Amino acid sequence: MSLRIVVCVKYVPDATGDRHFADDLTLDREDVDGLLSELDEYAVEQALQIADAADDAEVTVLTVGPEDAKDALRKALSMGADKAVHVEDDDLHGTDAIGTSLVLAKAIEKTGYDLVISGMASTDGTMGVVPALLAERLGVPQVTLLSEVSVEGGVVRGRRDGDSASEQLEASLPAVVSVTDQSGEARYPSFKGIMAAKKKPVESLDLDDLGIDADEVGLGGSWTAVDSAAARPARTAGTIVKDEGEGGKALAEFLAGQKFV
Amino acid sequence: MAEVLVFVDHVDGAVRKPTLELLTLARRIGEPVAVALGNGAADTAAVLAEHGAVKVLTADASEFADYLVVPKVDALQAAYDAVSPAAVLLPSSAEAKEIAARLAVRIGSGIITDAVDLEAGDQGPVATQSAFAASYTTKSRVSKGIPVVTVKPNSAPVEPAPAAGAVEALAVSFSAQATGTKVVSRTPRESTGRPELTEAAIVVSGGRGVNGAENFHIIEALADSLGAAVGASRAAVDAGWYPHTNQVGQTGKSVSPQLYIASGISGAIQHRAGMQTSKTIVAINKDAEAPIFDLVDYGVVGDLFNVVPQLTDEVTARKG
Repeated sequence: MSLRIVVCVKYVPDATGDRHFADDLTLDREDVDGLLSELDEYAVEQALQIADAADDAEVTVLTVGPEDAKDALRKALSMGADKAVHVEDDDLHGTDAIGTSLVLAKAIEKTGYDLVISGMASTDGTMGVVPALLAERLGVPQVTLLSEVSVEGGVVRGRRDGDSASEQLEASLPAVVSVTDQSGEARYPSFKGIMAAKKKPVESLDLDDLGIDADEVGLGGSWTAVDSAAARPARTAGTIVKDEGEGGKALAEFLAGQKFV
Repeated sequence: MAEVLVFVDHVDGAVRKPTLELLTLARRIGEPVAVALGNGAADTAAVLAEHGAVKVLTADASEFADYLVVPKVDALQAAYDAVSPAAVLLPSSAEAKEIAARLAVRIGSGIITDAVDLEAGDQGPVATQSAFAASYTTKSRVSKGIPVVTVKPNSAPVEPAPAAGAVEALAVSFSAQATGTKVVSRTPRESTGRPELTEAAIVVSGGRGVNGAENFHIIEALADSLGAAVGASRAAVDAGWYPHTNQVGQTGKSVSPQLYIASGISGAIQHRAGMQTSKTIVAINKDAEAPIFDLVDYGVVGDLFNVVPQLTDEVTARKG
């Protein structure tokens, strides 16, 4: 039987661009380029490796986001994913993590899955909670923050490197997995992959298709509210000295003045 | 007065510093009720009482160690049901954020992660967060349910505030999901004797300029003279010079110490995302044009192989 893998990916603003807030205190997407979150590339890579090791597997890449988010799906398809699902609806604007997990969970259930894989966090919000939220909503084991992952005989195994210990984990499928940037370098799409991606199916779903009321998502339905966002004041110019042989001593003097020594 | 649940991060009964910081913040919005789980849970009571816990709910069971995350969610939910708190606070560790997330879904609440401050507000607790690599500061609140908030280390002072700290056993019935993910084995990380990176008051980091694993002892020596943790940039970690667990940045750890010393680190946006909220920033770099110098309170343009050992000697001499 085919192993159905769904990879959740996010279209994020380029961190090297000038990211700022719009008037409604959501991300201003006008002035900054978007791309597939780098941390999700690791999830796509592990999904493809697990699929390659299975007798029969299908990799579906899933995103929730505006029209431009198709770019993130195309990137994943060009890496080798088989098909894509794009949840797009004007009412989704401003949806928070809890709301996003609701939409993703419904889309995953509709698509059908044995294994859900995501990155450890997005590179914009960096909360790192969506995999756990998905496991809770789907009612399946979470096997998260893995630096190594494998699937064999309906069991997912992996290594989780925590602050105080390294753990070997295992769970039966279906399950939700998240992988870290230590799980293995993501492949670059080949020219052939990029050409093939243009012909791969991208299914579009809206809130009606998923049976979600508009008031459960979006800015209005959000479980959290941002009251203000202020640009961090520019740091006052620090003291910069050139080392002429006494730079370490001068630095020690500064640290002593600040009571660090 | 409203009760506030505080999830206790401890190792065999030794409470970690971020939990004591949480108790300081919890007292701003109500009376702290601590929840300590697992081996040594009851041993945490004395220190929690010294820092303001009016009550300490404890539970131990093999499930907490043998299965991932969910048993602790079940226990925290039991505490939530027993107390009806005004808010639930947890530290911003990877595990605690996952516990917070699952609890939030179960109790129909919003979640705020990585708060750097927390105050009482007219419409409930207001959390301060950093956004977009700390280029913005936001104020947020939970608008549905009871606020579930995770707080970054070093966000509040540890303040003694003696309270009753009455220990009560927490009855936990584990959910069907609790045993879903088995911890087959656990290998404790070897202790370096240095403070934990995310909790340390001072962090000394090395980057590409350190130029090899064999040179990282220079960074470690400076860290040890200051009682600091050691960090590394992604370039240094990817080159295999230092372990990934010490990586500071967007894909590594986010740190917010009193003092951050960057040595041989140019300061790419991905690194800045992980350290820009540090209170005082110092950099040593050969390249006067390195973007890290835009952030510093004090910078030395020079060769770290000259500057760092001289600094270490000077710090050691002053402390001696």
